[in-house]
Amino acid sequence: MEGKDIQVQEKKEVDTQGELTQEGPFFVPNIDIFEDDNNIALIADMPGVSKDNIDIRLEDGRLRIQGKVSKEAPGKYVLSEYSIGDYFSNFALSTAIDQSGIQASMKNGVLRVILPKSDKSKPKKITITSN
Amino acid sequence: MFPKRFIDFPDWNVGNPFLDFERMRRDMNRLAEGFGSGLPSFSTAGVFPLTNVTEDNNNYYVRAELPGMNTRDIEISATDSSLSISGQRIIAEEKDHVRYHRREREAGNFSRMISLPGSVDTDKVEASFMDGILKIVLPKSEAMKPKRIEVK
Repeated sequence: MEGKDIQVQEKKEVDTQGELTQEGPFFVPNIDIFEDDNNIALIADMPGVSKDNIDIRLEDGRLRIQGKVSKEAPGKYVLSEYSIGDYFSNFALSTAIDQSGIQASMKNGVLRVILPKSDKSKPKKITITSN
Repeated sequence: MFPKRFIDFPDWNVGNPFLDFERMRRDMNRLAEGFGSGLPSFSTAGVFPLTNVTEDNNNYYVRAELPGMNTRDIEISATDSSLSISGQRIIAEEKDHVRYHRREREAGNFSRMISLPGSVDTDKVEASFMDGILKIVLPKSEAMKPKRIEVK
């Protein structure tokens, strides 16, 4: 990590025909997803989204995240390098989730969701009995 | 050599169908962008962080998206005609035994300079950081502000 320079990434626009009723553009946040034996964790960069403007839903094994961003800017543009729009992300979860245990937090424009695996989808260690 | 000259399109622009097409394509893109976001056409310096700059009569407003950063890791300095933003984005390491399915968030150093269209009063520059967005307000120097002239 030391000494490495961050490269510019253009925002990826969502292709959500028929999925959303609001006007775009919508962007896909940069996301890290990882899991251990007990949880699936998701971290999404959503700059401009406050904790009151985020909507997270788990339906039919799909996790859907939507974040609203204020598009207002004072004055008139002299330089515009990035476009501003709401964030949208939607993906399938292959493991069963304990819905009551989901935790989400938002800090400095980064969303963190912890999805605990339900007991039946946790890996069971199987001991081999020798005979 | 000789046959190639024949295949090439002429060097002058008139009558080159591809050039017209290219111009049309650019116009279409600009139109599409205009509809999408209400912003002027895109041009980027290709350096992190991407910034947007707006102005009114009194100030320049610079904004940059720096999600997950802390104010102590961002350094800003201004001269009368330029602004420099640098820092380090740190992403905390997760526990060793996690398995990644997707890894798109980037950590590292960044540094960029933005030249401002006019001179600013460096003593009154203010910066704030909220929801991962850095906002810098640079008051224009008195000489830059438009003067209203009364008609007598």
